[in-house]
Amino acid sequence: MLNSDLKIELSDNELSIVFYGKFDLYLVSSYQKQINSVSVHNLKTVNLDFSNLDFLDTAGAIFLNNLQDDFLSKDKQVNIISQNQIILDTLNLTKDVKAIDLGSIKEKSFIDKMGENLVENYKSFVSFIDFFGIVFVSFLKYIISPKSIRFCEIFFEINESAIKALFIVSITSFLIGLVVAYQSAYQLKLYGANIFVVDMLGISIFRELAPLITAIVIAGRSGSAYTAQIGAMKITQELDAMKTMGFDPFAFLVLPRIIALMITMPLLIFVSDMMAILGGMIIANVDLSITTELFLNRFNEVIDIKHFYIGIIKGPFFAFLIASIGIYRGLIVKDDTQSIGFNTTKSVVESIFAVIICDAVFSIALTNLGI
Amino acid sequence: MGVVIQAKGVKTIFGDKVVHNGLNFKINEGEIFGLLGPSGCGKTTLLREMVMLQDIHGGSIDVLGYDVSKISHSNAQKLRQQWGVLFQAGALFSSLSIAQNIALPLIEYTDLSKKMIDEIVKFKIDIVGLKYADANLYPSEISGGMKKKAGLARALAMDPKLLFLDEPTSGLDPISARDFDALILKLKELLGLTIVMVSHDLKSIYDTVDRAAIIDEKKIVYEGALDNISSIDNQFIQTFFGESYE
Repeated sequence: MLNSDLKIELSDNELSIVFYGKFDLYLVSSYQKQINSVSVHNLKTVNLDFSNLDFLDTAGAIFLNNLQDDFLSKDKQVNIISQNQIILDTLNLTKDVKAIDLGSIKEKSFIDKMGENLVENYKSFVSFIDFFGIVFVSFLKYIISPKSIRFCEIFFEINESAIKALFIVSITSFLIGLVVAYQSAYQLKLYGANIFVVDMLGISIFRELAPLITAIVIAGRSGSAYTAQIGAMKITQELDAMKTMGFDPFAFLVLPRIIALMITMPLLIFVSDMMAILGGMIIANVDLSITTELFLNRFNEVIDIKHFYIGIIKGPFFAFLIASIGIYRGLIVKDDTQSIGFNTTKSVVESIFAVIICDAVFSIALTNLGI
Repeated sequence: MGVVIQAKGVKTIFGDKVVHNGLNFKINEGEIFGLLGPSGCGKTTLLREMVMLQDIHGGSIDVLGYDVSKISHSNAQKLRQQWGVLFQAGALFSSLSIAQNIALPLIEYTDLSKKMIDEIVKFKIDIVGLKYADANLYPSEISGGMKKKAGLARALAMDPKLLFLDEPTSGLDPISARDFDALILKLKELLGLTIVMVSHDLKSIYDTVDRAAIIDEKKIVYEGALDNISSIDNQFIQTFFGESYE
């Protein structure tokens, strides 16, 4: 086999390009440079000589076809010299590809994209409302025939998404109580207002911190799990199988999860309350030398029971948002592997966002009501 | 011989794309009916429409005497207990073992005793050619072929008269695929099933299918027995059936 090479011979008004050896995609760019360096102004004829070429791959063939077209468009005469049928076939094969019009994909304009986005968002909003509607109807079905309530699944989910989350909720709340007390202790000491740490801890933890921390931990832990579980079931067609067997996925999968979380969220918030106050109490004792007895007496005096109730009441609302967003995101997972990750991320972000919005609404409403 | 499924002028549209434009066919009791056609012609979509997983955009499909696009909720539930569906990858419930998967419809829909259900499960596992020793494995622990067999056992749990199979032999090695064909034929004889199947496997089609509908260009281009199919003038039929049929 000859060494691969390219020889360019120029005479009067005739250019001969002779190819040796093989011509494959690794040689295309170096050959191109060599051919481009030849000035073709006053040429009439171009000879492409393939008689010494042993092998031509499709990239080379596409290059040669383009070269030929290029010369033809500059009014040169192109002669192809070759007896090798395989090489001619390769050239023709790539020529055919060109003849088929692949159609051009139109780049969308900014306005088009914006419009499409808007329609997409509108559609997903409608489908979310649709989901709520089905959840509501399924709830009614549960109430009409309590026999159909899936107690077994509900208890299973209570264990999965709440009892197994007890430890992480407790430890997070404990640390939050600790940190809040520690930071405020420093400020309060400046004014000698040590005892007010009790007021501050009581109100902030009961009303806001405990419900929010619990909701965020649960959204990250259980909400994402809902999306991933249900999304995977959708991809493996388990949901379809359930439907064809007449098992309503809403009765079997959706409602048990929502109900389980709505039942357990207030209990988790209660645990969170206790752990956070415990954390605060320890700091008050160590840092501000407020004894446990003094702390509890003051607590009893200044913290109204209503603060506790407000925090607990938020629980079911937060739980409903977290569970329904998580499940909804699971149900809209598409038939590809990217989709589960994308929707799990979305579900956590959206449910935390929804919880904070809901908390703000509570805050405004309750303040205006004077509670 | 009664008609089990009758489709009239079925239309399906995805976005701007028309998938089916007026499909008409009927499936008789006791036959194995194949749905064939090139990739993307909407065979699986049609199957999903028959089992009410997807809505149709025009026409009607009658399954066992119910019009599936106008069916009431309680009738739909009744209908669902009269058929079995085998999905492409089995679609076993991943949180349940094989035996639990098969037992699930029995537990939900019947008031049979636990002992009785166990016996039925044992029988179904045996009839599809699984070993009872595998019954307590989970779907993630078994092979693709076993998943299909377990899926078939679950589809047969309620003794349906009508069985839908979505590409039953795809992804199986040739020997398992032939075994599966033999199994389907045996079940049809044994239980008097009507079977609707989507398939690409030519050997399996010739071995099992009594009648077939071929979908191409949004229409049914052929419906009937496969005996004289190679004389039909259609590109898909010619490339699919033309040479290879001896």
